[in-house]
Amino acid sequence: MSRIPTGWKTRRNAELGLLAFAMSIVAVFGATVEANQFDEIRMTSWIPAALVGILFLGLHVVVRFTAPFADPVLLPAVALINGIGVGFLRRLDLAKAIANKQPEPGIFAGTGGRQLAWTLASLILAAILLLVIRDHKIVSRYAYTLGLVGIVLVMIPAVLPSSISEVNGAKLWIRFGSFSIQPGEFAKLALVSFFAYYLVRKREVLSLASRRFLGIDLPRGRDLGPVVTVWLLSLLVLVFEKDLGTALLYFGLFVVTLYVATERASWLIIGLVLFFGGVYLAYLLGASVGGPFANFYDRAEVWLDPFARANYERVSGSSYQLVQGLLGLGSGGLFGAGPGAGSPGKVPEVRTDFIFAGLGEEIGLFGLTALLVCYLLIVERGLRAALAVRDSFGKLVAGGLAFTLGLQVFVILGGITGLIPLTGQTTPFLSAGGSSLMANWLLVAMLLRISDAARQPATGTGPDRAGPKKAPVQLHGAMTEVIKP
Amino acid sequence: MNAPLRRSGVVILVLFGLLFANLNWVQFYKADEYRTHDYNSRVTVAEYETPRGVIEAGGTALAQNKTTDDELKYLRTYPEGKIYAPVLGYKPVIGGATGIESSENDFLSGASDKLFGDRLSSMFTGDNPGGGNVVLSLSTKAQEVAWKQMTNNQRGVTKGAAVAIDPSTGAIQAMVSMPSYDPNPLVSHDTEEAAKAYQKLANDEDDPLINRATGATLPPGSVFKVIVSAAALQNGYKTSSEIEAGSVYKEGGATIRNSEEEVCPGSQVTLKEALTESCNTGYARLGVALGADKVKDTAKAFGFEDDTLKVGDLDSGAGLTVAASRTGDIQNQDGSTDTAALAQSSLGQRDVRMTPLQGALMAATVANSGQQMRPYMVQKLLGPDRRTIYTAKPESLRDPVSSTVASDLKDMMVSVVENGTGTRAQINGLTVGGKTGTAQNAEGANPHGWFIGFAFDGDKPVSAVCVMLENVSGGHASAEAARIAGLIMKAAAGRGGD
Repeated sequence: MSRIPTGWKTRRNAELGLLAFAMSIVAVFGATVEANQFDEIRMTSWIPAALVGILFLGLHVVVRFTAPFADPVLLPAVALINGIGVGFLRRLDLAKAIANKQPEPGIFAGTGGRQLAWTLASLILAAILLLVIRDHKIVSRYAYTLGLVGIVLVMIPAVLPSSISEVNGAKLWIRFGSFSIQPGEFAKLALVSFFAYYLVRKREVLSLASRRFLGIDLPRGRDLGPVVTVWLLSLLVLVFEKDLGTALLYFGLFVVTLYVATERASWLIIGLVLFFGGVYLAYLLGASVGGPFANFYDRAEVWLDPFARANYERVSGSSYQLVQGLLGLGSGGLFGAGPGAGSPGKVPEVRTDFIFAGLGEEIGLFGLTALLVCYLLIVERGLRAALAVRDSFGKLVAGGLAFTLGLQVFVILGGITGLIPLTGQTTPFLSAGGSSLMANWLLVAMLLRISDAARQPATGTGPDRAGPKKAPVQLHGAMTEVIKP
Repeated sequence: MNAPLRRSGVVILVLFGLLFANLNWVQFYKADEYRTHDYNSRVTVAEYETPRGVIEAGGTALAQNKTTDDELKYLRTYPEGKIYAPVLGYKPVIGGATGIESSENDFLSGASDKLFGDRLSSMFTGDNPGGGNVVLSLSTKAQEVAWKQMTNNQRGVTKGAAVAIDPSTGAIQAMVSMPSYDPNPLVSHDTEEAAKAYQKLANDEDDPLINRATGATLPPGSVFKVIVSAAALQNGYKTSSEIEAGSVYKEGGATIRNSEEEVCPGSQVTLKEALTESCNTGYARLGVALGADKVKDTAKAFGFEDDTLKVGDLDSGAGLTVAASRTGDIQNQDGSTDTAALAQSSLGQRDVRMTPLQGALMAATVANSGQQMRPYMVQKLLGPDRRTIYTAKPESLRDPVSSTVASDLKDMMVSVVENGTGTRAQINGLTVGGKTGTAQNAEGANPHGWFIGFAFDGDKPVSAVCVMLENVSGGHASAEAARIAGLIMKAAAGRGGD
């Protein structure tokens, strides 16, 4: 703690307090589940919540030493969502065990237990990131490697045979037996870092307006190259991975980092026109040509009228999941049935894509709104770190990551609530699954790292003029060189 | 770069606002619609939260509940299985109920207005009492005898039906349909098992899911002579009136013969003798002499062509749907009477079709001095606490014939059982009347055997019955029906079943 100058508030104790509050909600959730499932709250009910709490406490300690100025809201908000996720998955395991008259699953057994183990793994990864990457700008050194890795990760499921990569019509996975990973979850981290680096270098070129047309600045034709490339890439993802959500995610993250880097609204407009034009074209092609576009067309049809008998009873790509999710949400109503008192087992894929619908039946509109606010807090705190951090790379990485997280939450929650066509995204921190959890915890660790840099007293401006020992003077020099073409 | 970052924050805020607005739409505005939607199986779970009312008869529970430890808390069970299945129907987890389970569903589930008070008080006490109980008019003794005798009939017949009615009230005493089915697998909480069990029954060529007592319309054969007799008696004939007979009668291309040489070979026979011996030539000539309109009108007066009859609850009017019995057109294409068809129709052949329930109603009408009581099965409705909420008040359905005509018909039908074709229906100590029927139905197929009849204890009618056996082999198809009818009426009259 010696390197923390006196008079600067680290807000670590606020983080600890918020974390304790979040964990008490997780504990109450677990106890209510038991009360509703067993009609009694047993002495052992606090164990899963306590274990989750200890894990987060561990990360808190790591943050205290490695990122003392990090945003104090991020960790507790994510911990709350993660904890509720583990508790809800364990609740599904309990209900299943009761229904099948099996003994109660152990702490690390079942989906909830596995999720607890994945949480442990994710927190270790996040801690390693915080320990190894003491300055986020180091990442920019590996930008091209990360960019290549990102594109490869995106493309892997598309080129793999469907038997390995396809789940529920979307090719987003790599499966080995019962084990599967979603490489796209990690790809977004790599791609954001690459985009940030690339745009920091190119921003001045890209922000040169060459022509004004209809009141907006249009970039020069040759500067459109990269954005067209990424647009084509995301449309390829849409067609070959059969997933609109993932395409929207990659494209959105690129367009937003581009916009933030260049401060030109024209990029946003071009991006949106290209994306929605492409989506509409895919829809029309699906209706007339079929082939690789058919899946997307089916999803759009199902989305337009999920309750139509023809859509509900169709053999493949039926609206059954969507409808059951909506019925679960509707049955929950304003206040929900209460944790453990609903029938989330009726919703297909309730452990993964539809976990929000399953939760919604039990915690109601009020509970879901609270969760939404937590997500919003994480995203806005991430953007705030981007605003406050001093270097362009950090701004773009933090802004890109936070925006992507927000967009992903929008895509999956919008999908299961019928706002947009359903796509196979995971719900960050809630859905069962290691890839998503690990990738998103890495994302949070990166946001923690950048927010630490943002709130850290700058060299020569804080009350302690000595500043941190490892002032990244050299790196700043490198970055300056990078920015000037 | 800060301005676009701030704007990105606003974009996220807008997107989350859209999510929030949409959640309100789904969880608040549409909540009620989704909660009760057909696709929402939570409705089923809620339905099984409280015990469904018991269906009972004579102190025996016919449909009751077993507590389970699965998601649906109560399993419907039918302890008497096949015996009552065609009447009770079944209440499956998925799909609609049938039989009394369907027609009394509101009362059994507790949703009926009659149980409003119980629902209201349960809101204060907190414990949900469940649905109301339905007491049927069936006599368990008569029902068991009917089931046993039908399924163990001496001719190995596999399809048929039997109905017994209290002539003076219209209360159904027994209703059996054969083959029947075990309703228990159909209400299994394992919906796949239930669907499989249903598919098997639905694919069965013998149609076990059909209640033949109310749903089968078959040619009644000579049972229809009761209608022609009533038409004649209403049009000036006496039981002693001589009608033309003979061993053969040819009319418009149809040749009518008697079942045996010794039946009414003479040219004249009294109306009473004609019914007693079941004289085909006499009744064919009589029908032609009366004309198609009179025959059809009388049939209609007895309940033929009734498309709306339901037998169940007199109060709500709900119940098992009774298929309409028909006399057919009996017309040439130009609208004139087809006399060949009329001659054959007068014997209950050609296009005449009748349900066993209609047969029982005809016998009951004769026994009840010409007044046909509306048939019913729901005797009482009891609250969850078993207090009586409703008791059936018998009501008249129609008055087909005067008491004089009814008395003559009774006289003739008693003669059938005492001296004629229906002797096997006789019961010691009771006065029994009836009419047999042997109905040709298809080329080369064995005829259907019918018997409709009634039993009097002194002057008091105690039971009216109809027994129908499909495709009876070994000749005298109606004799076995008469024997079974006698035993059912004996049980219904409380004269000991076995």
